[in-house]
Amino acid sequence: MSLAGWHEGCDDGERMSRDDMVDQPLDVYVDAAAKLVGLPLDSEHRPGVVLNIGRIAQMAALFMEFPLPDETEPAPIYRP
Amino acid sequence: MNLATLDALAATAAVRSGAASAVEIAEAALAHIAARNPSLNAFTAITAERALAEARTIDRRRAQGETLGPLAGAPLAVKNLYDVEGLVTLAGSKIDAERPPAAADAFVLRKLSEAGAILVGTLNMDEYAYGFTTENTHYGAVHNPHDLAHVAGGSSGGSGAAVAGGLVSIALASDTNGSIRVPASFCGTFGLKPTYGRLSRAGTRPFVASLDHVGPLARTVGDLAAGYDAMQGADPNDPACAGRPVEPALPILEHGASGLRIAVAGGHFAGSGVAAEAVATVAKALGATRIVEVPEAARARAAAFVISASEGADLHLADLKSRAQDFDPMTRDRFLAGALIPAGWVLRAQRFRRWYREQVMALFREVDILLAPATPCPAPRIGQETIEIDGVAVPMRPFIGVYTQPLSFIGLPIVAAPLRRSGELPIGVQMIAAPWREAEALRVARALERDGVTNAEPALG
Repeated sequence: MSLAGWHEGCDDGERMSRDDMVDQPLDVYVDAAAKLVGLPLDSEHRPGVVLNIGRIAQMAALFMEFPLPDETEPAPIYRP
Repeated sequence: MNLATLDALAATAAVRSGAASAVEIAEAALAHIAARNPSLNAFTAITAERALAEARTIDRRRAQGETLGPLAGAPLAVKNLYDVEGLVTLAGSKIDAERPPAAADAFVLRKLSEAGAILVGTLNMDEYAYGFTTENTHYGAVHNPHDLAHVAGGSSGGSGAAVAGGLVSIALASDTNGSIRVPASFCGTFGLKPTYGRLSRAGTRPFVASLDHVGPLARTVGDLAAGYDAMQGADPNDPACAGRPVEPALPILEHGASGLRIAVAGGHFAGSGVAAEAVATVAKALGATRIVEVPEAARARAAAFVISASEGADLHLADLKSRAQDFDPMTRDRFLAGALIPAGWVLRAQRFRRWYREQVMALFREVDILLAPATPCPAPRIGQETIEIDGVAVPMRPFIGVYTQPLSFIGLPIVAAPLRRSGELPIGVQMIAAPWREAEALRVARALERDGVTNAEPALG
């Protein structure tokens, strides 16, 4: 992906996360996930958290859509 | 001879020859810091007592005819995520200021002290190393020595400003996604991010264990190599430290770039404007005409982004749960969001990392050195929120790492070398080598320095 492509992707991410906030699935996810992991969210911090999980989701989409061979193991190696 | 702003090897040469004592150099450096730091805000602590004690020891050893270390008398400072015995390791945070003082120096600081470097203080940074601008709310922004209205980069902003401003000869920093190479680019210094696992991180505050590296910034390639050489060595206290044999770079620094296959990284790394011009200048000087594409670098950057958010949040989860309000607003919401990432995204990012590594290693069968911009632009203004790229405004801060993140992601050794632009802010170029070949990247940087292509003279204000 070219640099131009990347920043378009970033811009889309911004726009998507704002749209999502209107539709509220990210809000719903943030509230549910925060409850599950026991993370209290101050109402002042919550909009920034929703914005950032939207950015992260956009980033994750870039590699989640990319097919990997089953043989490709995670990078960290544990040496006992 | 300006004792205050001597480069490291020049300071050592002066001490050895008797042209200056280590105490004289340390006193000059401390006076320069006292005069200049208020406008730069690079330091969070000045260790004058330790510096003078170390300098006196060196002068005494010289008087007794003892052999001096390779960095004897060279003024050094460390990013404040390095443990310094007797100081609280802040890692740019307010929360960690409540911790007890460190009981011992970080491994690599101990190595540099053994080599004779003189610790003059600790340096400002983004909170927990999560940023590219060092606009730290708790400790203030670091100002760029070339123009105080601009950032020094991050997360090792204090390291960049201290070296560029001539306050120290060598600064230690850390690089998870670009935190050595970004301040080197914005401040116009050299920076080395060694291979992942080369240098021990023991005694430094972690950020993202999968991606954290430590390394030096300096104003000459010789100083960079001397600092790097002195820090090498196996350390069982860092589980990621690969325990490689010591492979000194300084003795082969003058071998030059001949014999190395050098190519420009295309595609994602093509860049535009000043960043592209900088790479073109370096490529021309090196006679590098070949362009190779690093496959799927944008996805690599995204994977590094997600791993960083997740591991960083996990590290600080207890504080995020109990005292989120005490985090810097510049990092807080990103850390909180990082605590909510689905596990599958992180695991896939780590599997993608394996795949991407294999693709890039295949490239290194055909080339020895890749050239890429260090940053997409010179230092932005402090407080600047967006940057215009091809007529589109994008959020400035995350964008800064676009060229550094896909490379630290797979732990490649990289030297960032600065280009000076008359009347303008500097910008850096990355010299990227295959794993464990730091010396090749350093040789190329040295060849450029010798030919006057790259230049990191201090900005003395």
